Amino acid sequence: MTPEYEFHQRDRDSHPPAFTPVYKTSVLRSPRIPLWSLQNSLSEVTGPSFSRDELGPLDNDLILNYAKDGKPIGEQTIVHGRVLDGNGRPVPNTLVEVWQANAGGRYRHRNDTYIAPIDPNFGGCGRMLTDDNGYYFFRTVKPGAYPFRNRVNSWRPAHIHFSVFGSGFAQRLITQMYFEGDPLIPHDSIIATIPDKSAAERLIAKLDLNASLPLECLAYRFDIVLRGSRQTLFENKLHGG
Amino acid sequence: MPDLYHLPETPSQTAGPYVHIGLIPHQAGFDIFANNFSGDIAGSGVSGERIVIEGRIFDASGHVAKDVLVETWQANAAGRYNHPADRQDKPLDQSFRGWARTGTDFETGVYRIKTIKPGAVVGRRSRKTMAPHINFWIVARGINVGLATRMYFSDEAAANASDPVLNIIEQPERRRTLIAERSARDGQTVYTFDLYLQGERETVFFDV
Repeated sequence: MTPEYEFHQRDRDSHPPAFTPVYKTSVLRSPRIPLWSLQNSLSEVTGPSFSRDELGPLDNDLILNYAKDGKPIGEQTIVHGRVLDGNGRPVPNTLVEVWQANAGGRYRHRNDTYIAPIDPNFGGCGRMLTDDNGYYFFRTVKPGAYPFRNRVNSWRPAHIHFSVFGSGFAQRLITQMYFEGDPLIPHDSIIATIPDKSAAERLIAKLDLNASLPLECLAYRFDIVLRGSRQTLFENKLHGG
Repeated sequence: MPDLYHLPETPSQTAGPYVHIGLIPHQAGFDIFANNFSGDIAGSGVSGERIVIEGRIFDASGHVAKDVLVETWQANAAGRYNHPADRQDKPLDQSFRGWARTGTDFETGVYRIKTIKPGAVVGRRSRKTMAPHINFWIVARGINVGLATRMYFSDEAAANASDPVLNIIEQPERRRTLIAERSARDGQTVYTFDLYLQGERETVFFDV
């Protein structure tokens, strides 16, 4: 049985290759043998789904979901957008997870030793399901830039990590979102792993004043596109599959 | 009708060293959500043979990577995926989503998944049945696009020999990188599945 649909071949030119010496850690962690290309079977077109009752009411509010005795320090920010597939269709009810540093550029992680302080009221992660139109939003504080060990003076621009599922496991995607106008973007070794500059620009969220809350919260817009799919019904009928 | 236009996929970026914060916060060192996803998905109501999968992930220098996030996706014991696109005439197990998530340990580098052994799943039209297998997807610092592979079972030699995916791998010795070894330990069935990101024993990774 061929699945009734299969995903379009992934356009590898819009992604970073595995081996990117500009980002040193990739050198020893990148396969050298070409990936074997698989036509989709049920194992690739299926994937996990999640329900709203698995999530808590504050899971998408990073300002409140770890607040202990006050709110976190930083610019109050809304990030919102849609998850679409390559066919332009919304991806509804899919899990979006986000994580980030606090406003000083420090992560709440036992392996992060940067000198900027931990914010006692900020966890730095959130999660949500897209609605029927593929729409998601969350509230947070804008993360700070921070140094990382690549070259001796390498800094990451402010960014938020995103994890998205889609409807099939072959659509699984992890990426990072940047903020329009950040002067560190042209110097970043992680964005520089993407050879196609126009593809890299799609990771830069645009300021969205109309979505901001006056006197309260700025907003940025970030749309995410997962792989599209094509119907295979005709092939099934033709061959009695 | 063919699609008249096409949106390009959002580019991938590395999950970075702090992926645990977002996806398995307890390993990062804190608890925040009431309900957490885990690598133990064989709850008491789930049908099937209980198994433990464990292994380590090696970089090109032979060093164990201790900051990797591992996800698995699999069919139930009858060989059916919990997803509407799977219309095989087999029982669904509503108590089994089929998806697990864990991290390699910061000290030992070992990842561990507790699940059930999946059944065989129908292959594409005119291809043979797929041997029981578990789909793996790993991300980490230094991995720019998540790596997909499959784990097969050492005690399924006959099914593995006719598996349509194993058989497209040109070099038979490379197929062995996808076979997990079965053993018994403290009354548990353990499959050992080590992954090699690069080098002589490089694991077969797929462009799915």
